[in-house]
Amino acid sequence: MAYHTGMTDSLSDMIACPKCDALHRVPQVEMGEQARCVRCGTVLMAPREGAMTRIVMLSMTALILMVAAVFFPFLELSVQGLGRKSSVFDAVLAFSDGLMLPLSFAVAALIVVLPITRFLALIYVFAPMALGWAPAQHARSVFKLAEHIRPWAMAEVFIIGVAVALVKVAGLAQVTLGPAFWAFVGLVIITVLKDNFMCRVTVWQTLNARSPS
Amino acid sequence: MANAERTQPVLTARGAGLVGCAECGHVYPLNTKACTVCGSRLVSRDAASLQRVWAWLFAGMVVYIPANVYPMLRTTTFGKTSESTIVGGVFELMEHGSYGIAFIVFFASVIIPVSKFIAIAYLAWRVQRGKPGTSSHFHLYEVVEFIGRWSMIDVFVVAILSALVQLNFVASIHPGIAAVSFALSVAFTMVSANSFDPRLIWDAPEGQKV
Repeated sequence: MAYHTGMTDSLSDMIACPKCDALHRVPQVEMGEQARCVRCGTVLMAPREGAMTRIVMLSMTALILMVAAVFFPFLELSVQGLGRKSSVFDAVLAFSDGLMLPLSFAVAALIVVLPITRFLALIYVFAPMALGWAPAQHARSVFKLAEHIRPWAMAEVFIIGVAVALVKVAGLAQVTLGPAFWAFVGLVIITVLKDNFMCRVTVWQTLNARSPS
Repeated sequence: MANAERTQPVLTARGAGLVGCAECGHVYPLNTKACTVCGSRLVSRDAASLQRVWAWLFAGMVVYIPANVYPMLRTTTFGKTSESTIVGGVFELMEHGSYGIAFIVFFASVIIPVSKFIAIAYLAWRVQRGKPGTSSHFHLYEVVEFIGRWSMIDVFVVAILSALVQLNFVASIHPGIAAVSFALSVAFTMVSANSFDPRLIWDAPEGQKV
């Protein structure tokens, strides 16, 4: 048995793995270390030094890069004297005729709207706490939203899609990478870094501990 | 299947008469309705989730058929129009000699979706038969949940190509209707995997308490 319940333990000293329901005592974890579930290995606690400040900084950087990525030219194609610049916005509008209009909205949501929503949500949740204030009023529901959006924010998938598209076009014409392309690459790297600093259960523990009740 | 790698018995929140929050991990007495920390609804095991899993999975499989039959891309070069399906696009890439990219596209748009269908169906079937899973079943679930979104690559490729290659008479590319059904298929299977309550994978059938 991994754990014996005694009358002296209060429920707030315990934690159930969200993925497999194994019961644990809330572990004491040093900064920079991790506590994993004994059964399935899911990370339960992973406090990091200055994690909140870093998440806020990275989210802000990502927001700025996203603005650049959307409006600057993304790729430029030239063949036989004909040239065409296209931005991320054009890629979104690619499906805009007729039946495929809903797909246009979906692509816009997946590569621009949802990532931006997630960055804003994370800033709203973590900025007050990084400054040492109490969490914002709706911090809990906003953080839940950010976690639900997570699988649907597909900026990094889009970048791989761009790579594949470039190879497909390479034989047909010359392609130049615009500033927005590099902004987008930066955005993806920052998103990955930021997600590495976040551990859901730890965030909930912190939100709970810092909220005035 | 024999349980060759049976895991150590572990006390679960349910086994201790408690319910754990699937969102934040806090535990409460079994009949508590909502988590006070994050506000989520508390369910010890979301058995109804299997119905959602099956429903979304079938929806995903059904729309995956037109995604393969209809053209994904319509390419017009010097007035000649050719249409290519997902698999056709892979062969085209191979003819150009880009085997690496052909493999990525094939992997993302054929191998991943099909193995996801099989993996989700297998896990849901096991849970329904009441077979307790091992950590390898859980890892299968984790992989399925992680990898699903990468199938969207092909939809984005179509979007970028259609935006970029618009050179009037010389060459132009338009999206085909398969792009829509493929995107739907990926989205449906993602919802299916997300509805799965992974805690069900570990459970032993009733009466065989671990």
